[in-house]
Amino acid sequence: MSVETGGSSAAQSATQEVISPPLASAPAAAAGLPPDAGAPAELIQLLTPEGERVEHPGYPLDISAGELRGLYRDLVLVRRMDTEAIALQRQGELGLWASLLGQEAAQIGSGRALRPRDMAFPTYREHGVAWCRGVDPLKLLELFRGVSHGGWDPAEHNFHLYTIVIGNQTLHATGYAMGIQRDGATGDGGEAVIAYFGDGAISQGDVNEAFVWASVFNAPVVFFCQNNQWAISEPIERQSRIPLYQRARGFGFPGVRVDGNDVLACLAVTRAALQAAREGQGPTLIEAFTYRMGAHTTTDDPTRYRLAGELEAWKLRDPIERVKAYLVRSGAADASFLDDVEAEAGRLGAWLREACRAMPDPSPLSAFEHIYAGPHPIVDAERQAYAGYLDSFDDGASTPVPNVAAERPAVPQARGTGGFERSGEA
Amino acid sequence: MTTLTLARALNAGLRRALEDDPKVLIMGEDVGKLGGVFRITDELQKDFGESRVIDTPLAESGIVGTAIGLALRGYRPVCEIQFDGFVFPAFNQIVNQLAKMRYRSSGNVALPVVIRIPFGGGIGAVEHHSESPEAYFAHTAGLRVVACSGGPEAFTMIQQAIRCDDPVIFFEPKRRYWEKADVDTTASAAAAWPLDAARIVAEGTDLTLLAYGPMVKVALAAAAAAREDSRSVEVIDLRSLSPLDMKTISASVRRTGHCVVTHEAPVFGGLGAEIAARVTEECFYCLEAPVLRVGGFSTPYPPSRIEDHYLPDLDRMLDAVDRAFGF
Repeated sequence: MSVETGGSSAAQSATQEVISPPLASAPAAAAGLPPDAGAPAELIQLLTPEGERVEHPGYPLDISAGELRGLYRDLVLVRRMDTEAIALQRQGELGLWASLLGQEAAQIGSGRALRPRDMAFPTYREHGVAWCRGVDPLKLLELFRGVSHGGWDPAEHNFHLYTIVIGNQTLHATGYAMGIQRDGATGDGGEAVIAYFGDGAISQGDVNEAFVWASVFNAPVVFFCQNNQWAISEPIERQSRIPLYQRARGFGFPGVRVDGNDVLACLAVTRAALQAAREGQGPTLIEAFTYRMGAHTTTDDPTRYRLAGELEAWKLRDPIERVKAYLVRSGAADASFLDDVEAEAGRLGAWLREACRAMPDPSPLSAFEHIYAGPHPIVDAERQAYAGYLDSFDDGASTPVPNVAAERPAVPQARGTGGFERSGEA
Repeated sequence: MTTLTLARALNAGLRRALEDDPKVLIMGEDVGKLGGVFRITDELQKDFGESRVIDTPLAESGIVGTAIGLALRGYRPVCEIQFDGFVFPAFNQIVNQLAKMRYRSSGNVALPVVIRIPFGGGIGAVEHHSESPEAYFAHTAGLRVVACSGGPEAFTMIQQAIRCDDPVIFFEPKRRYWEKADVDTTASAAAAWPLDAARIVAEGTDLTLLAYGPMVKVALAAAAAAREDSRSVEVIDLRSLSPLDMKTISASVRRTGHCVVTHEAPVFGGLGAEIAARVTEECFYCLEAPVLRVGGFSTPYPPSRIEDHYLPDLDRMLDAVDRAFGF
């Protein structure tokens, strides 16, 4: 890929240079995008769709063979998790699933750029980021099965609850980042926040307010927008007449567009933006240019609003295939490694199926728990009344179902940082 | 005891909270250098710094949304919504996020955020400055909703709200901001009357008159007037609108057999409707008349030149008392 300083980057102010290095200016075709995707020239890429490693002067990336293999494993396993979840929904085991198909690189790349103490605020589609943060995949299934509203402890994983109302979490992320500032937890060894959202969310008031807040308070937050081209049925053209990353400029902070199907570029760009945030240079908007290869959720039917050819074109830019090609070509992995990952994915899938089906419904009376910090006369009275009502039947329906965890086979876990952590962390 | 306006009592309470807990923050529009449009946060930024008393951009959803993030980080933000009618841009963050986070997280996350809202009419304001939106919030599980009526209690109530581990919507009767009372500024919030408890502010034997916020003063005047007609009216300041202190309310109604509820908000779907239903359920055999409601009309808040007709006054309250006894 030819790299030159683009005209738009030259227009960026000097204060933005540290965070926003000169952007690549390459023809869309060379950048690996379908000509009809509306992709302008500026796109940061470190691994082409053909699996060719390219350098970018603004984002040097030293990555070992082991780290590469780790990324590949992450990508394959989260795709498998996703595939299984869709199947479980089709079988009636989940009420809904929001597929991440096609967005694995954006999520694994950015997720692996996080340090343990960094905080992530996801939408409802960040299964790959959840994986990187060590959240039990079953917890994700719990939510979509209707067993809980999430239920993991955000503080344990530094991964907030899924947020379903579009864009709300960007403000929470910004406020959290303001807390980091007040705690003095900034600097090289400090903390940063990442807020995930999609192209549809860019139109939400909350996202724009979060941009204002983060900008004027110089908050250590990275806005990571996965532009997957579609907000259910609405194409990106319905949200914006300019590339999304350019929105940042109007708010006074840098924006960059990265090839969202390139896990290395997503890793490098996010890592740089997080570090800039830690070092007091304020927010960055990262637009991960990607594609929602599946439906919006399992209730959606994309054939009603988009052409099959578009998907076919994007399949040539698959986020996993290019890593596989590079691993093999560079000799970083051999066939047995690839086979091992496939086998591990199979085990993960089998475990998810089994554990999901074994997941018990919560007790009906658990609906009355965790609403207030302490006793509440009205909630408590209703709980008591409903328990009495249930007890009036003979089938013991009010007896809380024992919360028996499913038998778990050896589980592939994503704990740790996948080897991408730099020094400076406790 | 110090003679203070309600505004100064709230200011003193906020100051005490800032002194007591370094995690307490104040945030809102114009709360810093200006001290708020009602001066409730007067001089607090000067004394506690811009990091703790934050002049925010003008976006209410942003105020509440970032307060949630700060609370997730361990802070206890106190947000000021400048006027009642301006809370609605933040409604989504309050109802979908603030209220539900503990539940959604299976109890893992607490959001000790206070949202102060000057509410109610009677100051001749332009539209959207005289609303009483409390019922929207009382309807939402996960929130506590309280209303102070005067300075002596407001001083400790605001501190209790800040100490509470639940989100609290804290309504302040703006037309009472300038009314003076003796306030014990050495009072301990921990030892004060509980935040979720109603309080009998005038004892009586014949009728229970329930009020909160700006209407407590009117209710007390009505009780005094009724006394001249040899009717003994008990006035209860509800203080907490969610949860409702039904124990205190029902105990009173069982004694008096009559109940009138008053608020500035429209009667349809208002707190009075909920109270009437509950009093009917709990005190059915003691009631000698239906529970009556005296509130704002089921109209938008009118232009201020006729707001005196909209706001329940002494005479409308006495009229309801008469109707209750004449049933």
